[in-house]
Parts: sequence; C-alpha cells; structure tokens
Amino acid sequence: MRNALGSVDTVLLLGGRSEIGLAIVTRLVRDGASRVMLAARGGTVPEEELERLRALGAEVHVTDFDAARPETHGDLVDEAAATLGDLDVVIPAFGVLGSQAAYDKDPEAAARDVAVNFGGHVSVGLAAARRLREQGHGTLVVLSSVAGVRVRRANFVYGSAKAGLDGFAQGLGDALHGSGARVLVVRPGFVIGRMTEGMTPAPMSVTVDVVADAVMEALRSRAQVVWVPAKLRPAFAVMRLLPRAIWRRMPR
Amino acid sequence: MTLLTGWGRTAPTSATLARPGSADEVAALLKETAAPGTGRGLIARGLGRAYGDAAQNAGGTVLDCTALPASWTLDPEAGEVTASAGTSLHDLMTALVPRGWFVPVTPGTRYVTVGGAIAADVHGKNHHVDSSFGAHLRSLTLVTADGGARVLGPDDDLFWATVGGMGLTGVIVEATFSCVPIETSRMRVDVERTRDLDETLDVMTTTDDRYRYTVAWIDLMARGSRTGRSVLTRGDHATRGEVRGDPLAFAPRPRLVAPPWVPDGLLNRATVAAFNAVWYGKAPNARRGLIQGITPFFHPLDGVGEWNRMYGSRGLVQYQFVVPFGAEDTLRRVVSTLSARRIVSFLTVLKRFGAGTPGMLSFPIPGWTLALDIPTGQRGLAGLLRGFDEWVVAAGGRLYLAKDSRMPASVMAASYPRLDEWRAIRDAADPDGLFRSDLARRLCL
Ligand SMILES: Cc1cc2nc3c(=O)[nH]c(=O)nc-3n(C[C@H](O)[C@H](O)[C@H](O)COP(=O)(O)OP(=O)(O)OC[C@H]3O[C@@H](n4cnc5c(N)ncnc54)[C@H](O)[C@@H]3O)c2cc1C
Ligand SMILES: NC(=O)c1ccc[n+]([C@@H]2O[C@H](COP(=O)([O-])OP(=O)(O)OC[C@H]3O[C@@H](n4cnc5c(N)ncnc54)[C@H](OP(=O)(O)O)[C@@H]3O)[C@@H](O)[C@H]2O)c1
Repeated sequence: MRNALGSVDTVLLLGGRSEIGLAIVTRLVRDGASRVMLAARGGTVPEEELERLRALGAEVHVTDFDAARPETHGDLVDEAAATLGDLDVVIPAFGVLGSQAAYDKDPEAAARDVAVNFGGHVSVGLAAARRLREQGHGTLVVLSSVAGVRVRRANFVYGSAKAGLDGFAQGLGDALHGSGARVLVVRPGFVIGRMTEGMTPAPMSVTVDVVADAVMEALRSRAQVVWVPAKLRPAFAVMRLLPRAIWRRMPR
Repeated sequence: MTLLTGWGRTAPTSATLARPGSADEVAALLKETAAPGTGRGLIARGLGRAYGDAAQNAGGTVLDCTALPASWTLDPEAGEVTASAGTSLHDLMTALVPRGWFVPVTPGTRYVTVGGAIAADVHGKNHHVDSSFGAHLRSLTLVTADGGARVLGPDDDLFWATVGGMGLTGVIVEATFSCVPIETSRMRVDVERTRDLDETLDVMTTTDDRYRYTVAWIDLMARGSRTGRSVLTRGDHATRGEVRGDPLAFAPRPRLVAPPWVPDGLLNRATVAAFNAVWYGKAPNARRGLIQGITPFFHPLDGVGEWNRMYGSRGLVQYQFVVPFGAEDTLRRVVSTLSARRIVSFLTVLKRFGAGTPGMLSFPIPGWTLALDIPTGQRGLAGLLRGFDEWVVAAGGRLYLAKDSRMPASVMAASYPRLDEWRAIRDAADPDGLFRSDLARRLCL
C-alpha cells in the first residue's frame, strides 16, 4: 500500500534494465518498497543491479518480458500480482530510440520500434490498469517525452510514437479517475544517459538522477503530469505556437 | 466504487460502500463477501475519524456502520448504557448529559462511533485516572466472519482482540459500557503555563493526579530555552453549586463548516507560529476555577466541521506515540528536534497515560504520549518520522494505529509485543482473512 507520505511496498518495472526505470526503483526501495519485480527481455538483469537493490533491503524478482509481444502482457501482470501482491507502482520504462535516418531507409524497423514505443505501452498499460482498478489503488508511471509534445522533423518516428503514448496515458488517467488508481505522465527532455549515448545534449538536458528525483516528488503529491526539468513546460507552451515553417527547421 | 480516505485525507483508495441497516444485514453482507472469487475482503467504518487508512479497504467492501440506526438505552441503576455500534458519542452525549450521565472516555472529537471507539480503544484526557474505553466496556456483540453474532465479555480472548483490534476481528454491532454520573454539564478548569518541557513534565508528574482530566498543549514553535513551553489545561466535572442556570444543559450549536476548497499552504510555518504564539500568549500564567462547557474543554476542534480541509489537498499526518515513564529523554529529543527543524505542527498535545487495558493491540501503556498534527509536503518529513520511529521503538514505545498512516510494517512488529498472540486469535475467528483494511495490508497484520 502507498502510505500517507508516498512510500509504497511493491514496484513492477517493465523494461527491467532501463536506466531511468532502475533509478526510480532504487529510490522507491530506499524509501521503503520491499518487493520488486524487474521484467526484462530475456529475463536477465545485471547481477550488480540486483545486488544493489537487495542490499537496500528489497526482495527482487526477475522475469522475462518482451514489449513486442502484447499477447503475453496480461499474463505478465497476473504473474507480478501473484508474486508481489498488490501492485503499488507500475513503471513501463521500455523504449527504443532509433535514428530517423535509419528509419527512413528501413520502414519495417520503424514500425517495429513504434510497436514497442507505443503498442507495447498500450497493451501493458491496459493490463496494468485493469489490475489497479480491481485493487482500488496504485500508480502507473508512463515515461512519455517532450519529443511527443510537438513532434519534430528530426525524430518524427520516435516522436509520433511518444505523442501517441502521451495521449494514451492521459486518456487512461481520465478513465481511471475516481477508481483509486492513477496515471503519472512523465515528460523528460533530453536525458543524458545510455539511450542518448553519443548524442550531443540538447538545451535543458538533465541526468537520469534528476528525472528519478522528479518522479519521486510527483509520486508523493497527487500530480498527474511532471515535466523534467520543470521549465520545459513553459518552454513547450511557446514552442507549440511556433509556425510550422520555423519548427520544420529545428535542427534536432 | 467510492473513494475513501481517513481524516488526514491522504492515500485515497476506492471500495464498494455498503450500508447495512441492521445486524442481520451485516451478517448477510459478510456471507456475500465471503463467497468465493470476491477476494478483497471487508472492513467496518464508523465516522472516518481515524487519520490514516484503518477504515479503508482498496478494491474490497467497506461497511458503513453509521447506517446502523443510532440507538441507546440507559440503565441508571447499573450506570450502564447499551448502544448500537453506529451511534456517535455526539448523539450519546446529547442524550445522556441532560440526564446526568457522561461517557466514560471521549477522544478529542465526539464525532466518533461507539464501534470506532472500541476498535481503537480510544483514550481521553482522563486516561491517567480512568484508562481507555475498553476498561469501561462490559460486553460487545461481534458479527464474525462466519456471519454469527457473538456476545463477548472481558473474560473472552476475542473481546480483547477486538478492543483495539481496528475492526479486523469482525463487525461490532452493539456494546454495553459504564457511564459516569455528573451533576452538571460544565467543567471546572485550571489553566497554567510552563516555561519549558522539563517544567511541563514536572508539573504533570507531581500534580496531574489531582484532576480527572488533564492535557498539555506544547508550543513547538518556541525554541532555545523555551523549547517545550506549554499550556496545561486540567479539570473536573463541576458540581451543582458551581454553575448558574440549568446545570445539565447541553445543546451543542450547529457547526461552521470549512469550505471545500482551501488554498494549499494555508497552514504554513508563519501562520502556525502566529497561531501558537497567540494561543500561548493568551493563556494566563495561572488561572484557577474557570467554568467551561463540554465542547471548549473536550472538543475544541468540533466547533468547525471538516476542519481537516484547512490542511489543503495534500492532507495531514498525525504522529502519535507513547513511551514508557523513564524514557523522558526520548520525548525531549523528539520535541527539541521538531523545534530545531522548525517542523510545522498545528496542534501538539502531550498527555500522561495511566494503566492500559488487556487489549492486545491497544495503544496506551503507562507513560507519555505526544500527538503531532503535521501538514504533509514538508521537506524531509518522511525521513524525520522514520528516525522518530526508531527512537520510540528503542524506548519500548509504540505508535497509535488510529492515527498512523505511514509507519513501516517492521516498526509495527517491533513495537506491539502481543501482535502474534492477537494474530492467533484473529486467525481462529477469521480463518479465511475476510476482514481486511488498507492499514492491515500496509502493516502486514
Ligand atoms: C480531531 C480528532 C481528535 C481525536 N482525538 C483522539 C483522542 O483524543 N484519543 C483517541 O484515542 N483518539 C482520538 N482520535 C481518533 C479517533 O478517536 C479514532 O480514530 C476513532 O476510532 C474514530 O472512530 P470512527 O467512528 O470515526 O471510526 P473510523 O475512523 O471510521 O474507524 C476507525 C477504526 O475502527 C474500526 N471500526 C469502526 N466501526 C467499527 C465497528 N462497528 N466494528 C468494528 N470495527 C469498527 C474501523 O475498521 C477502523 O479500524 C481523534 C480523531 C480526530 C479526528
Ligand atoms: N533517455 C532519454 O533521453 C529519454 C527521454 C525521454 C523519455 N525517455 C523514455 O524513458 C524510458 C526509459 O529510457 P532510458 O533512458 O531508461 O533508456 P534505456 O536505459 O535504454 O532503457 C530502455 C529499456 O527498454 C528496453 N527495451 C527495448 N525494447 C524492448 C522490448 N521489445 N521489450 C522489452 N524491453 C525493451 C531496453 O532493453 P535492453 O536492455 O534489452 O536494451 C532498455 O532496457 C523510455 O521509454 C524512453 O523512451 C528517455
């Protein structure tokens, strides 16, 4: 159960090796979470990550999970509930950031990644939401991105999947209103980390730790959306208004 | 489905709210809920004055016992009242006081039900003399998981698992308890101020026993040499000769209600400090023989309905612990840490507890109890309270389940030595775990 100050008992991370995901899980465990399930492709998570979480006092389970196989997602949520009990926080943190140039050459790869970045979140999100609704509480943390707030020419395949995800998450949040369960939409900007390795950080970029801290703060409150950093919100309020002719020329 | 919280308005969860109108309907509901496949159990709820998640049951059923028709009968020979569990202490007092009787124990609000008073084994300002509600309870009728109604008395183990058992042994539908004869509806009150915590403890230790009702309000905003300065309010029921007019008049006025929407942060350091300074400042250094009504003396907060809204959307946390006599250092440490860290606590109340009851999960033990009202959202609050937990446990103390909304399960296990004994009795009465609450899930009860 979530307590009055936002500490929880259980966490399910989908995309169990995600850097941002693990940073959030670590904080939740430090804050009192005692049972964790990491669902990762191939069912493996680096031993040092497991050791670290166990050393912090959590019981950690690892299971196989492929975001591209929606037919398995219902069972996965059931398995997590059977192992952990009530799901207090569910974090789908999987995602792939392919290059737009590569997608231009390989439409099939683009569709596959969209199936992960959007489709996978739809099946996982709905399966998790059903469970949260039944148990009458719980939070689904959706890692959206500012890339989806206004889709840019430079990465419109990734961006459009995030735009879909963001809309899905808002709709799901509204659908869950009053059920005791809620959706927290996280909109990070450029996060310096594994996913963006080799790329030059964009303005207002943040570290993985900053994202995780912001998510923790939002979990403690009743926030429904969190921008990281917070100043991206006013920035995008302006960027949304830029004429297409200018927006089209955004270099990245 | 209905979204429910406790009085602190934190951690809402949704449940199916059932409103049984009789003990038979309670039994029928239990049988329905126990049907295979329905899975998330049931818990009784009174007036929802527990601060945390004791009367919530996410995804399950919550049985609103205020639907049980309020009813009571007074046996003046025996000095006993029999009341349905959904009857509020407010209703009881309104009926009993003009007849010359007072409830044996009242918490700081009279908007609690008889069922809630038993389930939390509530204490009042008279604990040092009269112990808690359970000590005055002659019998109770409990509808257990099998749907049967059992009449229990102080010789039954299940009775003492139910007193303080937070609704987890069954649904209390009726109870008989002794009452206190009174000559008037007024209180004769002495008020005095102390300079610091040591003086507060000293005055309470040496002179509390002269009064039936005592409490100290601590000004946590005072720091340095004034840390722990307090206003002591102590009194007894006034006698007939001391009051003018109808001696037993008691007609509480309709209440103001706080608006549903209050800006967050209304109760911040500045406003609370100002309030505290005024409260301390307006208290006389010493004033004796003040005649007060029941509401200002026992239930000052009841003047404003839904006052918990004043804490804004994030709600408030109550932190109430007790440490045994001899552990005054722990108390000093907590008070000085709170003052030094400038934690905002609107009302901070210190009370001396006397003997406890045999209730296995009953909170009071002989010692000092401190209750804090803390708006959530203050930086570092979770860690600070976690630290206090450790000190309290190390001192042989514990936290009050009716107020708790945040302690870790490990603290519960370490501080209630009779938890396993209670579990064994609960398991025998409820083998399939039908009675469940968010509190029970959170604390692994
Ligand atoms: C302003 C304020 C001041 C307070 N001061 C004090 C104080 O001085 N001393 C003190 O001891 N407490 C105090 N309390 C706490 C309060 O007395 C307890 O939480 C009490 O249990 C509330 O009763 P309720 O009817 O509102 O029950 P709820 O809050 O609805 O429920 C509390 C518990 O009782 C159980 N319960 C309720 N009805 C039944 C039933 N029929 N059968 C079985 N279980 C049942 C519930 O399952 C739950 O576990 C205060 C609370 C407030 C808001
Ligand atoms: N980093 C950023 O700049 C940024 C900005 C905004 C939003 N986000 C979003 O935040 C989330 C987490 O990102 P991150 O920074 O933590 O990146 P990350 O460390 O690369 O994590 C992404 C994870 O997704 C997993 N994954 C990819 N395809 C999968 C599939 N088909 N099935 C299961 N798992 C799959 C990856 O697994 P492998 O370990 O097998 O590769 C990887 O562990 C993503 O949704 C991302 O889009 C990131």
